[in-house]
Amino acid sequence: MVRDRLLPRARTASPTRARRGDWSAHLALILAVLLISAPLILALIKATQPSSAVLSPSLLPGGAFFTNLERVWVDAHLGRSMLNSLIVAVTVTAGKTVLALLAALAFVYFRFPLKGAAFALVLVSLMLPTEVLIVALFDLVSRDLKWADSFAAIIVPFLASATGTFLFRQHFLNIPASLADAARIDGCGPLRYLTRILIPMSWNTIGALAVIQFVYAWDQYLWPLVIMQRDDHQVVQVGLRKLIEVGGQTDWGAVMAGAIITMLPPLIVFTALQEQFSRGFALSEDK
Amino acid sequence: MLSVRQKRDAGGREDRAVFRGAALPWLFLLPSLLILAVFIYLPTLRTLRLAGYRANLILGTEQWVGLGNITDLLGSATYRQVALQTLVFTLLSVTGGLLLSLGLAWLASRPVRGSRAYRLLLIYPYALSPAIAGTLWLFLFNPEIGVVNQILGDLVGVRPRWLDTPLLAFALVTVAAIWKGLAYNIVFYLASIRNLPTDVMEAAQIDGATPAQVFWRVAFPLLSPVTFFLVFTNIVAALFDSFALTDLLTRGGPYVGHAGITTFLVYQLYQDGFVNFKTGAAAAQGALMLALVAFVTFMQFRLGERRVHYGA
Repeated sequence: MVRDRLLPRARTASPTRARRGDWSAHLALILAVLLISAPLILALIKATQPSSAVLSPSLLPGGAFFTNLERVWVDAHLGRSMLNSLIVAVTVTAGKTVLALLAALAFVYFRFPLKGAAFALVLVSLMLPTEVLIVALFDLVSRDLKWADSFAAIIVPFLASATGTFLFRQHFLNIPASLADAARIDGCGPLRYLTRILIPMSWNTIGALAVIQFVYAWDQYLWPLVIMQRDDHQVVQVGLRKLIEVGGQTDWGAVMAGAIITMLPPLIVFTALQEQFSRGFALSEDK
Repeated sequence: MLSVRQKRDAGGREDRAVFRGAALPWLFLLPSLLILAVFIYLPTLRTLRLAGYRANLILGTEQWVGLGNITDLLGSATYRQVALQTLVFTLLSVTGGLLLSLGLAWLASRPVRGSRAYRLLLIYPYALSPAIAGTLWLFLFNPEIGVVNQILGDLVGVRPRWLDTPLLAFALVTVAAIWKGLAYNIVFYLASIRNLPTDVMEAAQIDGATPAQVFWRVAFPLLSPVTFFLVFTNIVAALFDSFALTDLLTRGGPYVGHAGITTFLVYQLYQDGFVNFKTGAAAAQGALMLALVAFVTFMQFRLGERRVHYGA
C-alpha cells in the first residue's frame, strides 16, 4: 500500500508502474473513505425517504427529507433543543477561551507567590472528569445552588479550561520575551498587551481550541441528561434519545433527518476553522 | 506532545515575567480558579465524603459506613464483571482504533492527487457526537428494520440479532466506538506524519530497507510520542465517551451473568446514582474511578519520560 511513498522519483522509472501505484492508493483511499462514511451515507439516504420506504431495504434516495425534518423540527421540538445546544456551545466556547487566555496571561507574564500551586490546581483538574463526580455535582448544583433545569447548570461548571490554559501558555512561551518588554516600556498594560498583541498572534491556537471546545460542549450528554428535566431547556443530544424512546413506533426517517441536522453545527465550525485546527493544534512545528 | 515543548521551555528560556502587580495575576486567575474550586474540587471532596455513607439523595438519608461501600463493590460479582468488561472494551477499542487510524493516516499521507480532499473526508466525522453515533448504529443494526440486516438477509440470508446476542452486542459497541474515534486519531497521526524527517527515511531506503521495514523500524518509532499521547486520550474516551454510545445503542444490555454485557463503569455509576438512587454506592464508584484516572495519568507521566522517542 505504502510502497512508493518514500521512494525517490528515480526509482520508479517506469511511468506505468507509478500510475498503477497511484491507482491502488486511490482505490484504497476511496474504500477507506466509503467505509468510514458508510453509516452516515446510509443515514442520509434513509433521512430522504418517505415513511413507507424507510423500513424497506431500498437504498434509493427519496424526496422526503424536508417532510421528515419538519416532523422532528416541529413535533419533537428539535428546533428548540438545537437552539439550546447552540446557546450552550457558543457560550461555553467563548467563556473557556476568555478565561483560559486570562489564566495563561497570569502564568506567563507575572511572577507571584504560590504560582506553582495555582498551576498545579489547574493541572490536577484534568484528572477529575465531571462524569466521575456526577453524583456530588448533581447534589451541589440542584440542592445548594438550586440551578436544576437552568442553563447555568449546563454552562457555568464547564467554563474553566485546563487544556486551553496549557495550550495558550505553551503558545505564549514561544513568543519572544522582548515583545512584552517593549510593550511594557511603551506603557502598555497586561490587558492591552493581551488584546492588542497576544490575541492577534494567537488566532491559530484560538481557532484550534474553539473547534475542540465547541465539539466538546455540543456533545455533552450525561450531565444534561441528569440535571435537565425540562424539555424546553434540554440539549439536542438528549433530545435525540427522547425521539427514540417514544415506544415501538419510532419514526426512523425523522430521527435520521434529525441526526443529520444535529451534526451540522460542529461540522460547520470544524470546516470553517479547519486550517487553524491543523495548524494551531495539530502540532506542526512550523506554526 | 506537550512534553516536547515543556522540555524545551524548561531549558534556559528567557523570563517573560515582565508585568508588575501582586493582585493583578490573581485577578486574571480568579474566574478559572473559582470555577475549578466550586465545580471540580468541591464535588471531588463531596464524592470522597459521600463514598463513606450509605446514602440516598432523594430520601435525604445518610448512614456512615466507612469503607463499607468500597468493600461491597470490590466483593460484588456485578461490579467485578462490569470492571472486567470495561477493561476488555478499553483494550480492544484503543488498540484497534489506533492501528486502524495509523494505517489510514499513513495511506492518506501518500502524495496522490486530491490527497487534501481524502484527508478532509477522513477527518470530518470528528464533528460527530457519541450520541449521534449511537443513534445511527441503533437504526442501522436494528434486527428487523435495520438496513444492515435487510441487506444481509437479501444477500446471504442471515439476520443476526445484533443487540440481543451478547457477543454481537459487545462487538458492535466496540466497533462503533472505534469508528467514532477514528477521525480524532487520524487528525493527530496525519499531522505527525507530515512532520516526520524525510531524510532519515530516505536514507533507510537507500540502504535497502523494504517499505515495511521503513514503516516499522523508522517511522513507527518516530511516531511513538503521538501514539503515546493518543493511547491515553483514547483510554479516557473509552472510559467516559462510551456512555452516550452505549446508552443509546444497547442501554448497557443484553444481560449476561450478573450485569449487562455493554454496561461499563460510568454506565454502572449512572445506573446506581440516578436510576437505583444508591447515592453512596455511586459515589464510592466515583472514588474508585478517580483512583483509576489518577493511576492512568501517573502512568502517562511516568512512562512518557522514559519510553518515548521524541524525535528531532
